[in-house]
Amino acid sequence: MIEPLIYELSSPGREGVQLPEADVPQTEFPKGLTREGLPLPELSEIDVMRHFVRLSQFNHGVDTGFYPLGSCTMKYNPKINEDTARLPGFAFSHPLQDPEMAQGNLALMYGLQEWLGEIGGFAGVSLQPAAGAHGELTGILIIRAYHLDRGDNKRTKILVPDSAHGTNPATTTMSSMEVIEIASDERGNVDLNALRGHCDDCVAGLMLTNPNTLGLFEEHVTEVIKLIHDCGGLVYGDGANMNALLGVVRPGDLGFDVLHYNLHKTFSTPHGGGGPGSGPVGVLKHLIDYLPDPIVDVIEEGNDEVPPLYGLVRPSKSIGRVKSFHGHFGVAVRAYTYMRMQGKSGLRAVADHAVLNANYLRVRLRDTYHVPYDRICMHEFVAEGCWEDAPEVHAFDIAKRLMDFGIHPPTNYFPLIVREALMIEPTETESIEMLDAFVEAMIRIAEEARSDPEILKTAPHNTPLGRLDEVKAARQLVLCCRPAETNQS
Amino acid sequence: MAYIPHTDEDRRAMLAAIGLERMDDLYDAIPQDVRFPDLNLPDPVSEMEIMGELQALSEANLEVQHVSCFLGAGAYHHFIPSVVDHTLRRNEFYTAYTPYQPEISQGTLQAIYEYQSLMCNLTGMEVSNASHYDGATALAEAVILAYNQHRGKRSKVVLSPAIHPQFRQVVRTYSQGMGLTLVGDESLDNGVEELAGMLDKDTTLVAVQYPDFFGRIEDFSTLGEAAQEVGALLCVVVNPLALGLLTPPSDFGADVVVGEGQPLGIPLSYGGPYLGIFTTRKKYVRKMSGRLVGETVDNRGQRGYVLTLTPREQHIRREKATSNICTNQGLMALAIAVYLSVMGKHGLRKVAELCYHKAHYAAEQIAALEDYSLWHDGPFFHEFAVTCPRPVAEINDRLIDYDILGGYDLGQDYPILKDHMLIAVTEVNSKEEIDDLVAALEEMAHD
Repeated sequence: MIEPLIYELSSPGREGVQLPEADVPQTEFPKGLTREGLPLPELSEIDVMRHFVRLSQFNHGVDTGFYPLGSCTMKYNPKINEDTARLPGFAFSHPLQDPEMAQGNLALMYGLQEWLGEIGGFAGVSLQPAAGAHGELTGILIIRAYHLDRGDNKRTKILVPDSAHGTNPATTTMSSMEVIEIASDERGNVDLNALRGHCDDCVAGLMLTNPNTLGLFEEHVTEVIKLIHDCGGLVYGDGANMNALLGVVRPGDLGFDVLHYNLHKTFSTPHGGGGPGSGPVGVLKHLIDYLPDPIVDVIEEGNDEVPPLYGLVRPSKSIGRVKSFHGHFGVAVRAYTYMRMQGKSGLRAVADHAVLNANYLRVRLRDTYHVPYDRICMHEFVAEGCWEDAPEVHAFDIAKRLMDFGIHPPTNYFPLIVREALMIEPTETESIEMLDAFVEAMIRIAEEARSDPEILKTAPHNTPLGRLDEVKAARQLVLCCRPAETNQS
Repeated sequence: MAYIPHTDEDRRAMLAAIGLERMDDLYDAIPQDVRFPDLNLPDPVSEMEIMGELQALSEANLEVQHVSCFLGAGAYHHFIPSVVDHTLRRNEFYTAYTPYQPEISQGTLQAIYEYQSLMCNLTGMEVSNASHYDGATALAEAVILAYNQHRGKRSKVVLSPAIHPQFRQVVRTYSQGMGLTLVGDESLDNGVEELAGMLDKDTTLVAVQYPDFFGRIEDFSTLGEAAQEVGALLCVVVNPLALGLLTPPSDFGADVVVGEGQPLGIPLSYGGPYLGIFTTRKKYVRKMSGRLVGETVDNRGQRGYVLTLTPREQHIRREKATSNICTNQGLMALAIAVYLSVMGKHGLRKVAELCYHKAHYAAEQIAALEDYSLWHDGPFFHEFAVTCPRPVAEINDRLIDYDILGGYDLGQDYPILKDHMLIAVTEVNSKEEIDDLVAALEEMAHD
């Protein structure tokens, strides 16, 4: 145990907050509808503060060290974003207050919709989806609604490349469609022949991540999209990897019909230990009417003296609401702040340096770690974490050993088409010195794999906890603790 | 550039190492005709300037700290102790990713484990996941759980009309391809008895809200029994703050308890990010979607926490996963863990009691006015519907002149409730604010 649980720190009778006394007459509680005990902990404020500060110290975050976690775009989260999101007018406005009294919020949301549309090449954007996977679900439901609305009822197949993130097939199933997996070719692209074999009038669409999860720009993207469109299907873009494309190419111009953005990757909003994210969806003109309800639109045009009047609007053939209220507004404020500060030139510079950093690491590491698809990559690349002359060492061990150098490991065992995959995404916010330090650590680990594999097999050594027993956790499920005196609920 | 540390010299050295001459050479794989579009985006601004711009935008909004707020309807203005935001601002928490590497993520993992424990203890349920996006999506996930539990063989879902309208809309969006029939919410007359009457062997789940959208509280035990009889699951949508006072839904035989976590220390923030509570019985844990943290030990014998039962999840199961969800509302779960820890057993009870007493005082005063009456009798928590003498929008327009943010216009969702206002009262509303509301309502009934 490195820190007791909050319930273990509890002491009967302690209070952490002072509340005012009731200033109104008391009303009797309804009989049979109130509970006896309330099994919550009892602590003073200092106990609570110290407990959570201590817990925070057991975390690795972008602000504590390098975080080259592939496909997650762990870039620096500007501090100003945290301040703007907490401006009282944003943080203390109610989602159901009259839109005329929320014009600041709506103007911001409208601006963000417009900028995202411009960057992605899309005619309409919804900020409602709460995360990338939620954006995927929204996108696939839009594709489904589009076909059904045209009376095209037999399109139930969604084609998904084998390099795709697991959310793609899971989303397809969740939308009651059938997943057809498409193989990759030897250069890491979608295999055009395999794709052709599946293109028929039952295809609802293709889910394509571009750059793909190998960090490679799809070399036949134009042909791939044309094949799908020619058979009447639509193309969904997984925008997880948009960081490489800012100002470089617009997915809408390539022919993607619908795409989700990850504000928590590309647009610098913090990952928060696993959320909240935000997964806005952009669509070409023919899909605007299917966007989730609501989107922000101009109700009355403005002029030099009067700003436009914004309102919340339900698109005419909307798939419906995908969550309550208007999306993760607090996340939208952070992304807006970032985009406004970067501006046109800054966003292009983000892509340039993200791609530069990834390629620099690729060439510096490829003599030590085999890179199976070794060509100019985009914002990330995938190496193999194994060697023939160190048969007992796996990507997992390399990952654990990296922690001893104060570095968060790359994503491992994904994508599935590379053995012992190490997926490395440095992002644009890291300096050459940091990248060199990472390379040194990686080279040293490769040496240790031959000279002292045990040090890898037992890593990490310098972290508060050593390797955790995940099998035990799954076999003997312990998923919550009860208060010490218990039985009071 | 503030967020990009490269100097000209760095760029030269790095390009040379890669074997390229110019930055643009990095993009040779991209079709030339669409490469480097001329984007219509504004020029950059400095940190100093953006703060001014956003300050101005934020001030174009009404905010609840500058008025007396009686608007709720699923999002509530409550007191949030300072400790909560000080914790959320810890860089180690908010700049971390999903805790895939437990050795360097114990802060996030233990906080989520504590969140799960607090949720189980508050709802009376056996298992809590690490949270969903919001209350509405949590309810949709409950429908999916039930559907999977019955292996897709039951196609009817019974929804109470007194569940938040937006929650019901989200369930409809999520389930549009699943071949489900959603019934029950077509008429406001469908109470517990009518809903129970709709249950049959084809029903996979029946869902009710507690307190319901109108603030009413009732005992759902008989509905729980009726559901059990036909093998359907009972889902109760809760306001978790009310559970500081009210009987936990586990006592009604709930199989799934979901809810909007916002009242527990999360700012209004114009509707999000919030958090979806999802708790259930242990026997459904393998059908439950979302992240889950479990206790274990490390190789040094120390207690620690990991993400567990990941085989349910999309990155392993792909198309066979229980859901496509691959995150939770990590930072919001942390907010709730801190809020409930610092409020504690006595604080949460007291907040719930204050809400209850103040709402009842307000209801009594308003009901005493000549032209207003309570739409329902029977117990309620901190929200109640009032029959008004004129359109709610008109009343609210006038109330704002008195710096009062009036209640929710129920006619928007329930045509039969035209001229009915849903009023929420919480611990932040003083007696003086309530008296002012009552006086203003009285005044505008007559002119």
